Amino acid sequence: MAAKIKIPERKLQELKDICKSFNNEKGELINVLHKAQSSFGYLPAEVQEVIAQELNVSVAHVFGVVSFYTFFTMKPKGEFPISVCLGTACYVRGAEKVLEEFKKHLKIQVGETTADGKFSISCLRCVGACGLAPVVMVGDKVYGRVAPEGVKDILAEYNG
Amino acid sequence: MDIVKLTIDNKPLEVEKGTTVLKAARKAKIEIPTLCYFELDGMKIENKPGGCRVCVVEIAGRRNLAPACTTVCTEGMVVKTHSIRALNARRTVVELMLSDHPFDCLICAKSGNCELQTLAHKLGIREIHYQGAKSTYRKDTSPAIIRDIDKCILCRRCEMMCNDVQSVGALSGIYRGFNAVVAPAFEMNLEKSTCTYCGQCVSVCPTGALTEVDHSRNVINSLADPTKIVVVQTAPAVRAALGEEFGMEPGSLVTGKMVAALRRLGFNYVFDTDFAADLTIMEEGTELLDRLGKFLKGDKSVKLPILTSCCPGWVNFFEANFPEMRDIPSTAKSPQQMFGAIAKNYFAKKIGVDRKNMVVVSVMPCLAKKYECAREEFSVNGDPDVNYSISTRELADLIKLANIDFNSLPEEDFDRPLGESTGASVIFGTTGGVIEAAVRTAYEIHTGKTLNKVDFTELRGLENIRQASIDFNGVSINIGIAHGLGNARKLLEDIRAGKSKFHAIEIMACPGGCIGGGGQPYHHGNFEILKKRAAALYQEDAEKPLRKSHENPYIKQLYEEFLGKPMSEISHHLLHTHYFDKSAEIVVNE
Amino acid sequence: MATHKQLRIALRNCGVIDPEKITDYIERDGYSALAKVINELGTVRTIDLMKKSGLRGRGGGGFPTGLKWEIASKNYADQKYVVCNADEGDPGAFMDRSVLEGDPHSVIEAMAICGFSIGATKGLVYIRAEYPLAIERLKIAINQAREYGLLGKNIFGSDFDFDIELRYGAGAFVCGEETALIHSMEGKRGEPTVKPPFPAESGYLEKPTNVNNVETFANIPPIILKGAEWFASIGSEKSKGTKVFALAGKINNVGLIEVPMGTTLREVIYDIGGGIKDGKEFKAVQTGGPSGGCLTKKHLDTAIDYDNLIAAGSMMGSGGMVVMDEDDCMVSIAKFYLEFTVEESCGKCTPCRIGNKRLFEILEKITEGKGTMEDLDKLRNLSNTIKDTALCGLGQTSPNPVLSTMDNFMDEYLEHINEKRCRASQCKALTRYIIDAEQCTGCTICARNCPVNAIKGERKQPHTINQDICIKCGVCYEKCKFNAISVK
Repeated sequence: MAAKIKIPERKLQELKDICKSFNNEKGELINVLHKAQSSFGYLPAEVQEVIAQELNVSVAHVFGVVSFYTFFTMKPKGEFPISVCLGTACYVRGAEKVLEEFKKHLKIQVGETTADGKFSISCLRCVGACGLAPVVMVGDKVYGRVAPEGVKDILAEYNG
Repeated sequence: MDIVKLTIDNKPLEVEKGTTVLKAARKAKIEIPTLCYFELDGMKIENKPGGCRVCVVEIAGRRNLAPACTTVCTEGMVVKTHSIRALNARRTVVELMLSDHPFDCLICAKSGNCELQTLAHKLGIREIHYQGAKSTYRKDTSPAIIRDIDKCILCRRCEMMCNDVQSVGALSGIYRGFNAVVAPAFEMNLEKSTCTYCGQCVSVCPTGALTEVDHSRNVINSLADPTKIVVVQTAPAVRAALGEEFGMEPGSLVTGKMVAALRRLGFNYVFDTDFAADLTIMEEGTELLDRLGKFLKGDKSVKLPILTSCCPGWVNFFEANFPEMRDIPSTAKSPQQMFGAIAKNYFAKKIGVDRKNMVVVSVMPCLAKKYECAREEFSVNGDPDVNYSISTRELADLIKLANIDFNSLPEEDFDRPLGESTGASVIFGTTGGVIEAAVRTAYEIHTGKTLNKVDFTELRGLENIRQASIDFNGVSINIGIAHGLGNARKLLEDIRAGKSKFHAIEIMACPGGCIGGGGQPYHHGNFEILKKRAAALYQEDAEKPLRKSHENPYIKQLYEEFLGKPMSEISHHLLHTHYFDKSAEIVVNE
Repeated sequence: MATHKQLRIALRNCGVIDPEKITDYIERDGYSALAKVINELGTVRTIDLMKKSGLRGRGGGGFPTGLKWEIASKNYADQKYVVCNADEGDPGAFMDRSVLEGDPHSVIEAMAICGFSIGATKGLVYIRAEYPLAIERLKIAINQAREYGLLGKNIFGSDFDFDIELRYGAGAFVCGEETALIHSMEGKRGEPTVKPPFPAESGYLEKPTNVNNVETFANIPPIILKGAEWFASIGSEKSKGTKVFALAGKINNVGLIEVPMGTTLREVIYDIGGGIKDGKEFKAVQTGGPSGGCLTKKHLDTAIDYDNLIAAGSMMGSGGMVVMDEDDCMVSIAKFYLEFTVEESCGKCTPCRIGNKRLFEILEKITEGKGTMEDLDKLRNLSNTIKDTALCGLGQTSPNPVLSTMDNFMDEYLEHINEKRCRASQCKALTRYIIDAEQCTGCTICARNCPVNAIKGERKQPHTINQDICIKCGVCYEKCKFNAISVK
């Protein structure tokens, strides 16, 4: 008991404002989490503690929700988050080999971030661009028909 | 009332509309196995997520098997509970659970009391066809509860108890799919969560995923140490439930046999927490009258209602959730701690023993008592007033371990002086009992009259929240009673909002009060057991020659010899406490 | 893409209008269906029309839409809700995204029609957060509709009020199931609950709630305007209208198509899809996503509708259609789908949480060449139990990819088990790199690059690969300049 939650003032105020913009309604938890994640990049424990207090729900409930949905993450993503689509269309067109190539080049596993904080890799389930399979997203930019050989070039764009 | 006709296993049945297949079958004495399903019907507590799929049955005309726990009977329904299809499915489902379960049944704390084990046996599972990876988690030991959630089968009963009934919110379903499990936020230790150690999660867990911290080893070691005087105290609710562990009918009062067993275990003095309960009434009742008197004289600074403070789960709850109201509960320590303080500061001197050489053991229906006796403020120079607190279940295990044939024991009486008690203290063990005991004493002290009738039946019962007004010589005293922390929360929120009309409120963390405590023999959702335990305590009260705490001759002696009067300086020092703010605190760090 | 077999109802405006201009939509009869419903038909006749049209839910289940509305309309409550399920999660299906991006007003109009019909004043769109453009366009469209008085109070001067809010999904396939979706909208874990009660009785915030998917809604304005008979004249006997499919995989023309129900797989794959890529041989088509199954050559002339697909061991699902050729291993495909289900299972019920994990493990074992004949029995028995006992639609259909591949491609399973061979060379553990002695010049480049020294041979002599050491990394295959190394 008596957990002490440490958080910078600015962050605390922003979180309170986000919760308030949803009337501190507990039913809006997922919307609040979306907003908080887009502000802070991820949802560390202290952020969840504050949200729980503001929405008057238990932090166990908040974490139960955060850990249920793959969109939410408790780890900071890289400056350039790489998402490899592993939907069926991409899968049958060799997305797995593309993913392996990214892992090999960056020397990280899915869900990890490179030591310099530049890249992180995650998997997606269909971005709805099956016509372009296999698809890779870096941030909001979509790359279609990616071949394993093309991975180097994609990374080079961000390594300048 | 609408009636629905159906057949289950070829038995024609008529049930009320809205009845589930499970309840209809039980009515017809057809026992469909269940696992996640849990019910305490008298308190409207029900868990039926429909998740375990053990209770699946075959219903004619339906494509899939249906879970009996959530499927409502419809007119003309034809149900088969043990068709080959249902049996095979049920068996496969249990096999799957076993395939993701540790195989340490031989040494599991829950062995013999495990519902999964019983079910596997009932279904005749001799082989697990589907083996594979197991989900594993960190084991967590708190001061009262051990979480070994590798054994969690995701029945969600603990989650329901912790959230819906207790409103504590320490536990939640976390992660998803194969990794899904019930745990505190971030899988943190229970100790760091908002857990109150009420132990209701433990009392409903069907497997060994949640168990109590076992202190019986420490007790055995103390008993074996010739330099120690070992004193035991037993809480009122223990005597109404201990017999169940030895095959007796629920509601069997085993006070005498329990005393005999404790003596045979080697305790030097077998005392009664009830003595301390009488003492609690003296202190708490006086505090109530003091506050009430000031209030009636128009003193605005006085805090009302006064709240009872015997229940350690409840104390943990308000310290974490309502810290700003921590000046409202009575400052009186719980009977367990009053006993410890008196044993080590009064009785030890009386028998010429250094407190360091005295070991005080409590037998409690409770798991939060383990945490309570370890609280720093209840120690003197690192020596706790109560050294070890064991549950009713642990006592039963100790008795079995010592090869004592409980059923053939003679009935013996507690030692004196700390073993004498009145009927008022006995009913501490059930919801409403503390306040009834307080009323008996407060009434007589306040009015100077003798009660014609000591039974305040208007304060009894098992409804979630109860209220009554008692006439104190023209002054109407409004009393509220809540058991279960969710109900307590409602009364507290009223107080916070300034809407409470009560002068005094009794709160017990566990549904039913201590009779339904987290350390009691498992009731498996049988509400009748709780009712019988409560009835047993009221019976013992009725049979006692003395039924009012202030009539306890040894209490009188204690005040004469040692304490002076209730709320005296020495009482304040030994018998009263203060509370802390244990809420989650947000600290700004730039 | 060949269009003569296509008929666009749901996609009628996609690519035709500017989705950010409400005037474009209105020019093409937009919101006149809503006007007709409010001013002319009233609730009872609208629901009747919907029932007569024969429209069934396009999200996968195929429940009659009109009937769903009728049930919701008959449950009295102070507040009811209309929910649009835009949590398109089937890997390989993206029609909902196209409709929301290309014709958002058709969904808004249809939700208002539904609201009017069942007596709801609030609409909620549950949309994937991964669809930022669709969200943006939907927001623009909602604001425009409000400006035009088509959402808000007293729509078309009547006493009907209706407005729409957005709720975001957060990456959970199971939230496509309507009870899970509702819990997610309430800010909870997206775990399904047992039905009944159905959302039409007790849904969002325990109020009667009607949930339809995007494509279903997109069909509704034309049905109202052109009539039930028109719609019912299209399609097959029990499946009316058209269906949008997302054609993907080893096919020449990938993309969205919309065809009348009853069109055959052959027409879709060959006439519209232009046949298999690179002239390879058609092997299977997977429909219905993780809940569906793989159909083969023998099903090519099956007329596509809800019931025929189920009879063939698959299902309509939301309309993903992934074509596979001879290079695809069907055991791996089954494993791929099970991996998806295992990741997406909410974990609430035992058969789905543990059962699917065990199915996946057995499939993994088979693709690693460690499978036994007994494993095939286990796969089938466990699949049947999961179908029979799982709590929600996700779990009840999750074994379909296993069962349908076992039914249609048992020879491939047997090859993996008995011959330790994967004919499509997809299973890494079963592939063997072999050096053709005829082609090998003994240049040693393969041996020098092999990371585990599995290749031995004298210079200018044919080399050999020690299969016990080989880790199948493929470096030798890439390095060989003489095409001497092949994969078997």
